Amino acid sequence: MGKVVVVTSGKGGVGKTTSTAALGAAVAKTGKKVALVDFDVGLRNLDLIMGAERRVVFDLVNVIQGTAKLSQALIRDKRLETLYLLPASQTRDKDALTEEGVAEVIARLRSVFDYVFCDSPAGIERGAQLAMRFADEAVIVTNPEVSSVRDSDRIIGLLDARTMKAEQGELIQKHVLVTRYDAARAARGEMLSIDDVLEILSTPLLGIIPESQDVLRASNLGSPVTLSEPINSAAKAYLEAARRLEGEDLPVVVPFERKGFLDRLLGRRAA
Amino acid sequence: MTFAAPLHNKSIRFRARSFVAFTLTPEAPIADWLEGLDRWIANSPGYFNGRPVVLDLNVLQPGPEEIAALVGVLGSRGIRVYAIELEGAELGPELPPLLAGAKEATAEGLLGRAARKARAEELEAAAEERVHAAQMTQSTAEAPQAEVSPIEMSGDEPVDPELARLEAVRIELAQSDTAQSGSTNAGQGAADMSAAAGTLMIKAPIRSGQSVFHPHGDVIVLGSVASGSEIVAGGSIHVYGTLRGRAIAGSEGNVSARIFCRKNEAELLAVDGWYTTAEEMEGTSRGKAVQAFLDNDALCVVPLG
Repeated sequence: MGKVVVVTSGKGGVGKTTSTAALGAAVAKTGKKVALVDFDVGLRNLDLIMGAERRVVFDLVNVIQGTAKLSQALIRDKRLETLYLLPASQTRDKDALTEEGVAEVIARLRSVFDYVFCDSPAGIERGAQLAMRFADEAVIVTNPEVSSVRDSDRIIGLLDARTMKAEQGELIQKHVLVTRYDAARAARGEMLSIDDVLEILSTPLLGIIPESQDVLRASNLGSPVTLSEPINSAAKAYLEAARRLEGEDLPVVVPFERKGFLDRLLGRRAA
Repeated sequence: MTFAAPLHNKSIRFRARSFVAFTLTPEAPIADWLEGLDRWIANSPGYFNGRPVVLDLNVLQPGPEEIAALVGVLGSRGIRVYAIELEGAELGPELPPLLAGAKEATAEGLLGRAARKARAEELEAAAEERVHAAQMTQSTAEAPQAEVSPIEMSGDEPVDPELARLEAVRIELAQSDTAQSGSTNAGQGAADMSAAAGTLMIKAPIRSGQSVFHPHGDVIVLGSVASGSEIVAGGSIHVYGTLRGRAIAGSEGNVSARIFCRKNEAELLAVDGWYTTAEEMEGTSRGKAVQAFLDNDALCVVPLG
């Protein structure tokens, strides 16, 4: 039986899809069978980030409505043979998803794959709730900004109330993944500190992904950063987060700004 | 060809539910009463937004036209009348429906009509007792604290016999009380109803968007209360983490309710309808361990310890 992990955040634009792709690829690299499911029906993105947009024939809605088989809709990654993508439909809306349909698709994926990553749409409406509905674990993607943290807090509340596991009285395991962390801005006090974020969310930390142009570039080139540039600092942070997700006990190091000689000479100091 | 109507074996089920509503009891002269209400609203704008209000007209005994006018006047102040309490009245369909058999919501639970009267008398007696107790404590000021009261929380004021009595009654009523009180929306699993004290104990943090409504007792939160969440309690509110949301204590008209928190980052604190916002607390009590209580209809937020 595989594990179903929902990647969610509440707020849009914090890096859910990028993180789904990067974490999924990182886990698949270790030889585990991984399926990435895009729940953002109507605004699909995961296929682009995975570089599979020109191979989409069938999608999640087709499978739920019975017009395609699950095996037909799953797209195998060209770089990793253990990595699969189930794309969302761009032409339908979220009402095309039914709870029974999603339940069946997830159950079948769970029986075949070791990990099923559900990329949640932004918001707290039907699409986001269905994405988290059957999850065993949740990765809450948060930027160190007040608005993002508050939305994440709201999502954690929903995870504890509306998921199948929570309704059965079990605890859904939750992890916070801080993305777009800018060490320089954090040092100047322009961002919430990691301690502040964790204090507000009171949820264990999965990793800290530094803000990086390489992540954006990799996304635009259609390749998760963990596959295309594994030596990059953001990729390393994702790879470590994936190991923690698999249960490894790795300490999290808060990224710091390397100060240049000039900075020191000019006596620039952190606030 | 004949068509037979399909037989439905399934019968319709009716369920009863009870809700808590605010009651307004207008008194003559109505102009003065409205003036008082306006002052109150000016103090707490938005207090009635979305809250069900029942109009108790048993004191005023107005005619049908007067009722219609009164409902209109209240409507213009943003107060929506859901129902009217008036014995023996027959109202037209244009007015809100009639209600009967109301029970008073108190810190002890819901009181029927006879109990309401009894309670009014009790309260008077308690008030006298309190005066007496205050005199007593003055004369026994040197007595050791431990002897004074096991339930005293602030340490800066004399024993409140009223509070002691409530505590005793609450334990007896606990059985019937649990049905009416509960947390809404919040993780039900995390909320542990310790029925014996009429107290709602929440062991998990309260997340943004969650709302805890516990009209007949205290609420204790062991974690933090997030920005964008809300606790409404009939009694006091204790938060052992950081309070960042809204805390509304004494919601059913309990002036002795208090709010305690380890760190005050609250958006709003209110006791018995008197409230203060984050902006007003800036620079004085923000970021500290505080308690909020009413002192002569003024909400005081003071650091603890």
